[in-house]
Amino acid sequence: MASTTATAHADTHREAHHPPHLQHHFVSSEQQFDAAKMGMWLFLITEILLFSGMFVAYTVYRVWHPEVFVRSAELLDWRLGGLNTLVLLASSFTVALGIHYIQNGDRKGLVVNLILTLLFAATFMVVKYFEYTGKFAHGIFPGEHFHPHEGYEQYNIPYAPQFFSIYFVMTGIHGFHVLVGMGIFVWITLRALKGHFSSEYYTPVELSGLYWHLVDIIWIFLFPLLYLI
Amino acid sequence: MSNIATPATATGSVHHGAGHNYLNHAKSLKSWLLTLDHKRIGLMYLVTVSLAFLAGGILALLVRAELIAPGQTIMDAQTYNQIFSLHGIIMVFAFIIPSIPAVMGNFALPMHLGAKDVAFPRLNLASYYIYVLGIAIALAAMLVGNVDTGWTFYTPYSKSVGDSVLLLTFGVFVAGFSSILTGLNFIVTVHKMRAPGLTWNRLPLFVWSIYATSIVQVLATPVIGITMLLLFLERLMGIGIFDPALGGDPVLFQHFFWFYSHPAVYIMILPAFGVISELMATFSRRPVMGYKFVALSSVAIAFLGFLVWGHHMFVSGQSAVSSIIFSLLTYLIGIPTGIKVINWVGTMYKGSVWLRTPMLYALAFLFLFSIGGFTGIMLGVLAVDVHLHDTYFVVAHFHYVMMGGTVIAALGGLHYWWPKMTGKMYNETLGRIGVGLIFVGFNLTFFTQFILGSQGMPRRYYDYLPEFASLHALSTYGSWILAAGLFLVAAYLIASLFRGEKAPANPWGAATLEWTNATSPPDPHNFVRTPIVTRGPYDYHLARELFGNGAGDGDGAAPVPEVRDTTHQSS
Ligand code: HEM
Ligand SMILES: [Cu+2]
Repeated sequence: MASTTATAHADTHREAHHPPHLQHHFVSSEQQFDAAKMGMWLFLITEILLFSGMFVAYTVYRVWHPEVFVRSAELLDWRLGGLNTLVLLASSFTVALGIHYIQNGDRKGLVVNLILTLLFAATFMVVKYFEYTGKFAHGIFPGEHFHPHEGYEQYNIPYAPQFFSIYFVMTGIHGFHVLVGMGIFVWITLRALKGHFSSEYYTPVELSGLYWHLVDIIWIFLFPLLYLI
Repeated sequence: MSNIATPATATGSVHHGAGHNYLNHAKSLKSWLLTLDHKRIGLMYLVTVSLAFLAGGILALLVRAELIAPGQTIMDAQTYNQIFSLHGIIMVFAFIIPSIPAVMGNFALPMHLGAKDVAFPRLNLASYYIYVLGIAIALAAMLVGNVDTGWTFYTPYSKSVGDSVLLLTFGVFVAGFSSILTGLNFIVTVHKMRAPGLTWNRLPLFVWSIYATSIVQVLATPVIGITMLLLFLERLMGIGIFDPALGGDPVLFQHFFWFYSHPAVYIMILPAFGVISELMATFSRRPVMGYKFVALSSVAIAFLGFLVWGHHMFVSGQSAVSSIIFSLLTYLIGIPTGIKVINWVGTMYKGSVWLRTPMLYALAFLFLFSIGGFTGIMLGVLAVDVHLHDTYFVVAHFHYVMMGGTVIAALGGLHYWWPKMTGKMYNETLGRIGVGLIFVGFNLTFFTQFILGSQGMPRRYYDYLPEFASLHALSTYGSWILAAGLFLVAAYLIASLFRGEKAPANPWGAATLEWTNATSPPDPHNFVRTPIVTRGPYDYHLARELFGNGAGDGDGAAPVPEVRDTTHQSS
């Protein structure tokens, strides 16, 4: 490896062939795309691990207090949760469609689907808002603030606060991810409107799509664990 | 060359005049603070991390000063608890975790790969600022508050004391992100940015070790992230996950904490292994013996590191079966670690050793780390641990590993890459005196603590029985010698910036790619032309021609290969 002097070409002359999206330190668009995609996958792994800590907490407390978990879960409205599941699945579908369109160079198709995705995500958050405030109204708070009243007194049982802590923490962090996703999609939509993407270059669209699918998948685990079983 | 540099530098970098390098091609403060150049980011980390080490070190001296005699010496018990907590937290989260990966990884890794930069330069800069932000939050928390939880934040204590634990754990959470992002960046860089011909089994061992470290960073750090977040919520709204008063389980916290923090021990030590491999090869003028074993043992350690967290909890009330399994798994880590040590010794045995300052650090490392590792295995023995748990034996053990291992390796690496980083040579004689002081001071400080621990001196104690007095006093004297050595090093390195001799491109006759670029310090884009790699990383045929087979005459006057690469005049 020492003093390997042979070189194919002087890189300094390559800008001439550089498309505008290709950053200087990459040799080719493929290299840049592969790197970005791998980076995104690794990031998603860290996201899964972040949630896995909470899944461990869920499992531990569920194994210790199964009856309490079953009873507390009754309090959650599976219809609202189910609605949100459908909404998220639909949004994942529109993201995939958007990527499909831009792959074929259809910028309008991309923008339309991005906006649809944003609308679905907003719907999710609105439903979430009503779910949360509905709980708060009855004193269903996480942890030490848990004081069920107004018809919910029968849920005042030991370890129910743990269930609701886990519920609020997990869905809260998930909801935070939805908000971040919405921010990303606003940004992507603006870039799409400015014509930044084409069938040649749509890496940011594809990567934010990957992120969104993860948000979706995590919800698909949260929903049955918290609402159904 | 539009994207690599800041706007300020974009125009300047078109000209590759003589003397044009990454340090001087743009001079404004902004060109540093907003740089996307991995080498400059490495130097910014070097400055920040050194300041953290200085702060942590001063606190250590204060702790040791208090312990010089029984009873109150310079501070009260409450202050003592806060100071040793502060010392531990700074050393672990602000200094040692980012030290080698962020400084030398950033500086050398892309060059080792023949790349112009890491895969995501912007993310790299962001990691730096996230680190600074996280540490700033944590420091602010510690300065305004009264945190005395130790660096482990065990619940339920951490739930109930110290007004600023909330802020502190948030700071650690933020700093964790920096670690994740750096690891992610390096993994992608190693996978996607290698120069043509640089196959996996031609990677320098430093790259392998940083790669393994990065895997641990990416897989373990999110767990401490969520743990700190849960602890944060525990304090904020009493979610009752960890606090037994609310029905939570404090041992769950310990599981979470050590599931990160044991692997984190390897985040601290694996990069040191990488540095040592480079030093052993270069200063023995020989490829590291058993290259593949050494490379893969890094990866093996990374994975085994995830399976042993329970050895920190032998006395926490976990089941006997888990303790036995964790104990067994702990021994297993000794195997890949032993492989490395044997191969390093073998490299020297078959090589011709040239005792320059970096190599002296490598030898000190070998000695100190062996003691640290061996006492670690002792602590992995269940019966022994029950006796030694939370005594000074543990304190001595982890300082032998973290300071005798990682800090010594970091110093070796710093002396090794210093000429390439700064373009200046430091004073070799002072360098040797520095190693000597550090080595003697270190052993005096911490070997005494093995004895103290085995005699039953508990850790984190403010006061002690009179029979421990003389050993404690010795340990404190040792810390002064150690500090003198470290200050000497800082002094001559800084002095070299102003009056050091100009460094040649390859002062050590090393064979990895970063030394083959034409100048020290390197061009802003590392290589004027992308290298095409045709050999393994430690091919010293060339070096032998230049140095002969001997070890150099050892006075620093060995002939220096001026030019290894003839392609430096570009466009
Ligand atoms: C400059 C030399 C150093 C000296 C004299 C020193 C001294 C000490 C002392 C006296 C303690 C308290 C031990 C106890 O009662 O448990 C301590 C704790 C600790 N030190 Fe150091 N130390 C030094 C360097 C380092 C370095 C380089 C690191 C890591 C990179 C480190 C990491 C720690 C940690 C993690 C603790 C535990 C703090 C806690 O219990 O919360 N130290 N050190
Ligand atoms: Cu451990």
